[in-house]
Amino acid sequence: MFDVAVVGAGPAGLAAAVHAADAGLSVALVDAGAQPGGQFWRHPVEGEASAGAPEPAGHHGWQRFAVLRARLYAHESAGRITYWRNAQVWLLAAGPAAGVLHLAPALDVPGGAPDALPATVRARRLILCPGGYDRQLPVPGWDLPGVMAAGGVQALLKGSGTAAGKVAVVAGTGPFLLPVATGLAGAGIRVAAICEANSPAGWLRNLRGAVQAPEKAVEGAAYAAALARHRIPYRVRTAVTEIHGTDRVEAVTMSRLARDGMVVPGTGRRVSCDVVALGWGFTPQLELVLAAGAATTMDVDGSLVAVVDDRLATGVPGISVAGEAAGVGGASMAVVEGELAALCVAAESGGARAGAAGLGARIARLQRERARLRGFAVAMHRANPVPERWQGWLVPETVVCRCEEVSYGELCRAHVELGARDARSLKSFARPGMGWCQGRVCGYAAASIAANLAGRPFEGPAAAADLRAMAKRALAAPVPLGRLAAMAPGQPEPALPPLETPAAKGDPT
Amino acid sequence: MPELQLSLDGAPLSARPGQTVGAALAGAGIASWRTTRHAGRPRGLFCGIGVCFDCLLTVDGVPNQRACLTPARDGMELRTESEDAGEGRDV
Repeated sequence: MFDVAVVGAGPAGLAAAVHAADAGLSVALVDAGAQPGGQFWRHPVEGEASAGAPEPAGHHGWQRFAVLRARLYAHESAGRITYWRNAQVWLLAAGPAAGVLHLAPALDVPGGAPDALPATVRARRLILCPGGYDRQLPVPGWDLPGVMAAGGVQALLKGSGTAAGKVAVVAGTGPFLLPVATGLAGAGIRVAAICEANSPAGWLRNLRGAVQAPEKAVEGAAYAAALARHRIPYRVRTAVTEIHGTDRVEAVTMSRLARDGMVVPGTGRRVSCDVVALGWGFTPQLELVLAAGAATTMDVDGSLVAVVDDRLATGVPGISVAGEAAGVGGASMAVVEGELAALCVAAESGGARAGAAGLGARIARLQRERARLRGFAVAMHRANPVPERWQGWLVPETVVCRCEEVSYGELCRAHVELGARDARSLKSFARPGMGWCQGRVCGYAAASIAANLAGRPFEGPAAAADLRAMAKRALAAPVPLGRLAAMAPGQPEPALPPLETPAAKGDPT
Repeated sequence: MPELQLSLDGAPLSARPGQTVGAALAGAGIASWRTTRHAGRPRGLFCGIGVCFDCLLTVDGVPNQRACLTPARDGMELRTESEDAGEGRDV
């Protein structure tokens, strides 16, 4: 039995595990990756200088990561942190005195399973730091090979110095498009355009949040210089509204957008490329939060997030959430939240050693820092919304659910002919989100389409229920049937969460 | 540095140590290695981080492995997957 188990070794989880161990707690750290850092601090295989890119000394916040990683390894050597790599949590059972995580190898290939991976980990407290991934909006042709999530393009570059083509278009909204574009250009790829659906003028209306984080302005200026150096055209109020090709991407159509996101007629322009990187902000990974029975709500960016208090505790005793799953805010905020969650757990645990006195003052400082960074994140979300009328870019043949190959037309028919009025019924009638990825990729789009078909604005408790219907998963990760069978009778056996829960469950609003 | 030698449907594929299978394929200019169940459409890397399951292939006889997560190893035998390969999936 551990004092605390941390799920995820990205910015939030790494900080949580290290600070919990600093405070004298026994820590279990579970992460699907082979090495710490998560998506943000993804880096070449440690100790494999030949992997292509060197460890990115210039990587934003890299020094901070290097320090946390060194402390993680020191705690691991000393036995204060037990760290399971290449391991995923496929089932979480929250209990009154302890939480139980059911583990499975992240990879099924021979040699992919970590040594001596236990079937379960028990801990008095759980800190969930599952992170997030790129949010996607379907567009005609987005299922062609060569079209990738912006984060996937970035992962190829960061992880193995591989570029996926020769000419790229980077499109969507938000500041993350900038490092993706400059990263591609640095790897020798010609970036034909960045298409930013919003306009930086949006900043003016959100200045108050922006000035709370002056360090971000410095970061922005560095990217602007890099765009100029690489001669990358930055097109605002512009979106990739169609992607062309037969067996792989050959070109895109870029169109000007009106303020509401409708295409301005006659502005479409065809641009040849063999890589398209798409990103519309981020989607937090909510399956463990939902499995724990924690309340969720729709955040200002339209994402489903965990409801937490100012100590990052959910309403479920013993379960805290830090990082993107508590509201998308980026790596700096995630690190602050990881530390905050860990210190709060330590302060509430009898196990914290005497040296951990003064936790109260540190907690208060972290809470202020979190509020400042949250102000910046909210300003960013408001400046980079998903265009309200994005569904106007779709045609009936456009694939929405990539796994089950459900088209926009089929979703419309499920509404018109079968009466689907929300995401849950859309999912049962037309099967979006029922394939391999379980709605991780199409969840936001399908929920938003459901609301639009029903004539509802995509906001408030009804929209949160739509998102929840698409985010609810029977298992948090795919596991071999053997793992289920191996749950021996006599062991404390958690009930499998139901496929669907009442739409109103857990909505605080 | 010694390159790793893999194969895709019997054809040679080289990779650098530390690359994933997906990175090796992308680096070799291969954009797709699976076709979808219904429409038979080609798929390759999409999310690149293990979320979307678009990049599935068979690795050393084990079906439905995510190329974007699987580290390349010397001698690895990769097989493309077509429509019916997905039917035997686990839960």
